[in-house]
Amino acid sequence: MSEALDLSLFARPSGDGTLGIDLAVEGIACGACIARIEGAVKRLPGVTEARLNFTNRRLHVDWTDGAIAPAQILQTLEDAGYHGYPFAPLRAEQEEATEARRLTRCLAVAGFAAMNIMLLSVSVWSGNATDITPETRDFFHWASALIALPAAAYAGRPFFASAWRALRSGALNMDVPISLGVTLALGMSVVETAHHAKDAYYDSAIMLLFFLLVGRALDHAMRRKTRAVAGNLAALKAETAHRFMDDELVSVPVAALHAGDRLLVRPGERVPADGSVLNGVSELDESLITGETARRKIEAGAVIYAGSMNYSGALTMRVTAADRSTLLDEIERLLEKAASAKSATMRLADRAARFYAPMVHATAALTLVGWWLAGASVHDAVVTAIAVLIITCPCALALAIPAVQVVATGALFRAGVILNAGDAIERLGEADTVIFDKTGTLTLPEPRVINAAAIDSGLLQKASCLALSSRHPLAVALAREATTRTPFDGATEEPGQGVRAMIDSAEARLGSAEFCGVAQSVAHEPGASHIYFAHGGQSATIAISQKLRPDAVEVVKALGRLGLDLHILSGDREDAVEPIACALGIVNWQGGLKPADKIAFIEALKAHGRRVLMVGDGLNDAPALATAHVSLSPIAAADVTQAQADAVFLGERLAPVLDAILIARRARALMKQNLWLAVVYNAIAVPVAIAGAVTPLIAALAMSGSSIMVTLNALRGRRA
Amino acid sequence: MNVLIYLIPMALGLGLIGLFGFLWALRSGQYSDVEGAALRVLSDDDIEPPSREPR
Repeated sequence: MSEALDLSLFARPSGDGTLGIDLAVEGIACGACIARIEGAVKRLPGVTEARLNFTNRRLHVDWTDGAIAPAQILQTLEDAGYHGYPFAPLRAEQEEATEARRLTRCLAVAGFAAMNIMLLSVSVWSGNATDITPETRDFFHWASALIALPAAAYAGRPFFASAWRALRSGALNMDVPISLGVTLALGMSVVETAHHAKDAYYDSAIMLLFFLLVGRALDHAMRRKTRAVAGNLAALKAETAHRFMDDELVSVPVAALHAGDRLLVRPGERVPADGSVLNGVSELDESLITGETARRKIEAGAVIYAGSMNYSGALTMRVTAADRSTLLDEIERLLEKAASAKSATMRLADRAARFYAPMVHATAALTLVGWWLAGASVHDAVVTAIAVLIITCPCALALAIPAVQVVATGALFRAGVILNAGDAIERLGEADTVIFDKTGTLTLPEPRVINAAAIDSGLLQKASCLALSSRHPLAVALAREATTRTPFDGATEEPGQGVRAMIDSAEARLGSAEFCGVAQSVAHEPGASHIYFAHGGQSATIAISQKLRPDAVEVVKALGRLGLDLHILSGDREDAVEPIACALGIVNWQGGLKPADKIAFIEALKAHGRRVLMVGDGLNDAPALATAHVSLSPIAAADVTQAQADAVFLGERLAPVLDAILIARRARALMKQNLWLAVVYNAIAVPVAIAGAVTPLIAALAMSGSSIMVTLNALRGRRA
Repeated sequence: MNVLIYLIPMALGLGLIGLFGFLWALRSGQYSDVEGAALRVLSDDDIEPPSREPR
């Protein structure tokens, strides 16, 4: 790299004159990489600390300020065979890390308390059956109280806080009956202990907290793992821009750009920010913005958008923020509208809680009144009513959904789908209509050679190796066909014309028809661009165009077999959409749509009660993604679009879309099964509790039994 | 059964030591990279090769 890379944006002072930087590292394969990376970086002068986190593939480096430039660290990694990308930890990720630590601490305290109280409780239970003295029993109960009360006050905070938030906003969630059950069980136990009673429920209350915390901690850990991968991918994707600093070019991360900066965009690069062209003439591929595959001619004064691919000439541009274009304004307006119109879909767990909590509390109240009317003492009636609350405390119910979510998130992760939204699994499982965008979603984000079969393979290999020496987007697309990564020696590029090199002592040329001395192609593949190759007496016309994702046809067929209604809505011209729709066998397709048209189409489907899954990548799809019931976007999507999507899928294949739907449907079925299991458990346990026959031993067995049952059932979701 | 008077507090004390040990390990970041820790233990770069005594 000839121009300097400025990474000062990412370096943070970490006390006593040192700077620190976090890097996402690509290419780590095994444990030996740890020592190799840390060793190489530590050998740099001034580096005080280099620590690789193998779990999330991140390297933290500290160095004495001024000793080295951060770009040297990247170069060192590059020399060792790895790629490093500067990484600014997202605020959401840091908050989740804090939350995870808090949950783990609560879990540790609850675990400690549950074990010790159980030790005391088992002694009391066996003693009650034999010959424990009342004094010893009281001592054991008071010891349990001493452990349970502070432990519950500490470990129960996540539940109490959430229940309090729900109650204050006039709603009910699962945490309300949990908090009430725990508080009453502990309160009653203390009163009972003071009256030298035989039974106390300290163990039930703390075990309940422990099981629920396990579920929450696992849910959180899985979410953090996917969040870390998403963060790394964002760092890998972040590009650099060439900024003029007093007429000198400096590479800066896109995040460091400001309005008014002057940038150079070379051919073959993506436009790093929105702005206007100062000078230069080129063609831009704006398919990531509008879905349109035809290239737009650009000259000085034109407004250009981040994410467009620069084709032919170098452009100088000025970054603008105030001078917003009409397209972005419209998309922002539509996004706002979609966000405000989005009816919050009730999550399954909240729906269950709204139904369950009042019923439980009513049952407990009826038990109290019933026993009192039947002539029992107030004390006995209260004790029985609280036993009902304890036994119905929704241990299984509260685990039923998080347990499935953990398993399904893991399965999705292995299938290459990373969730953005926590409740996306439920909504994905409900989808009955799938709307695809065309460009970059059904087709690969980058153009490919489409007539490889028609060209002599030896000639194609030579052409593609020669293409390695050019940065022109068509050449880059051709270079993907190359089996080796070594370019020919002495290849020279003539700007705007093509590249040439000597191969086997004959000149080879790759580029425009004129440059290669070949006749213009007359055979027209629709929407394709042509690049020509001549070597010795041979020549070839190579057609390059958007190509379907390799497994698109099978995936679309499989989706159809699942009974999903499939549509294509594209911003591209109709004659570019038609062949794709024909190839995939999708009957319902429309081309030339504006973002507002896509929204109108989705709204119309929604009005008919359809649950729409929108799959799209372009900036023009962002409002549609926000409008749809649930949305997916490929990892190559525009940033705004990815932020709107409920989940992001990786790789070149379309299969993750199918997998996501299958896994989500299965997860939804398991969630419902688990809820029913919890209902059945209650149907058996509640009458026993109302009859007043529940002892602490039965409560403990019933609670752990039902929790283990729903967890085991959830584990069945591991198979996709 | 008077022995319980000091046995139970002792048991609790031992448990608390374990609990605080875990919380300390958590705070000092020992759980932030569990996969890496499993692999680092295999690396022996930090061991100086034994210097051969000249005969």
